[in-house]
Amino acid sequence: MRERKPMVVFTFHTTAAAMAMEKLCKARGLPGRLGPTPRSVTSDCGIAWLAPASDREVLENAPGAPEFAGVYEREL
Amino acid sequence: MIYLDNAATSLRKPDCVVQAVSEALCSLGNVGRGVNAGSLSAARVVYGTREKLSAFFGGDDPSRVCFTCNSTEALNIAIFGLLGPEDHIISTDLEHNSVLRPLYRLEDRGAALSFLAADRRGCVDYDALPGLLRPNTRAVVCTHASNLTGNALDIRRIGAFCREHGLLFILDASQTAGSFPIHVAKDNISVLCFTGHKGLMGPQGTGGLVIAPGVEIRPFKTGGTGVQSHLRAQPEAYPTRLEAGTLNGHGIAGLSAAVDFLRETGIENIHRHETALMRRFYEGVRAVPGVTVYGDFDRERAPIVTLNVGDMDSGEVSDILMEDFGIAVRSGAHCAPRMHAALGTTVQGAVRFSFGYFNTAAEADTAVRAIRSIAEE
Repeated sequence: MRERKPMVVFTFHTTAAAMAMEKLCKARGLPGRLGPTPRSVTSDCGIAWLAPASDREVLENAPGAPEFAGVYEREL
Repeated sequence: MIYLDNAATSLRKPDCVVQAVSEALCSLGNVGRGVNAGSLSAARVVYGTREKLSAFFGGDDPSRVCFTCNSTEALNIAIFGLLGPEDHIISTDLEHNSVLRPLYRLEDRGAALSFLAADRRGCVDYDALPGLLRPNTRAVVCTHASNLTGNALDIRRIGAFCREHGLLFILDASQTAGSFPIHVAKDNISVLCFTGHKGLMGPQGTGGLVIAPGVEIRPFKTGGTGVQSHLRAQPEAYPTRLEAGTLNGHGIAGLSAAVDFLRETGIENIHRHETALMRRFYEGVRAVPGVTVYGDFDRERAPIVTLNVGDMDSGEVSDILMEDFGIAVRSGAHCAPRMHAALGTTVQGAVRFSFGYFNTAAEADTAVRAIRSIAEE
């Protein structure tokens, strides 16, 4: 079993916005990765940005970030 | 074969495009369908291409680059997604059926159309534009350059006219994208419709729209998006708003490489080369007895020379060029009925020579000799 950790989950309105997030984070050395949106957040499919919950603030306030559909914290 | 039908498609593609498509065929999954290495590789390629095209065309947001199969699909999306039966729309005699037929369908539903007339040289009188305005005029929909004569329209001027009168400006850049500077913001373009397989030198089956801020197009088609799957309606955010179903990821990978090639080569260098070939050919045939060349060669234009030889059937001339000289051109109506009517060539058609970046001066000279030979017979 994968060990569960507190994570922040950023969701997006489009796949394009998720890709913009990945590009931004890679360029600025920000933490996280793309992954499936947890079903506990929404059953609407889609790509989410997943990062340790402790990094929520830096990611949420990253200049130039795409619009988030939602920001959630989950044990993943 | 000497290929001089680049206005139909650029047959020769840059090597990097061939390589990119080949690699994509072996590596790309489906954009936004699941989150695995394959789907993410496709999503990165597609998003990267949106970024490149947005920058290339002076857009301000990669999410406002929406992919289609070609410019015809893009034009249908723009026209039916922005205009309705209550509207009056201005277009021109230069248009291809990709503009005309959607407009005629709108007219059948109640919309009113006015066309900026072209003269026998295929030129329009911009001073006539204000006289076409009506209280319910909503948009100007036009090509950047005629696919028949190569005559270019002054889109900066038309964009300024649209800005002054609060009109949408939908531009068909099929004949100019890749070899003319086009800037959505500076030219006040509301929706730029492009195809990937002509001057952009990408694969067939690629194209799209670049949409200005504030322009909200009703979705033309609805379906699978990979996101917001439990919504009844198509998601509202661009680009998903206009993209239902699987994208041509392999083609878009090739288009991405093509844009890289264009930027590295420089569209001003491409334009200069193609224009030089067009003028070389034009100077070689313009004075040949019996040859009639159509269009305005006194100003900036697309690299097209269209002609007839006496009263010969244009199809016969193109067949002789192909069979006896190995030269590929396009004859007939060119999907441009109003332009042919203005030129007086509806019955005879015309023979179109269109030059591309990979053509050479020697090929243009061979084509001149072929026309001289046919005209002398």
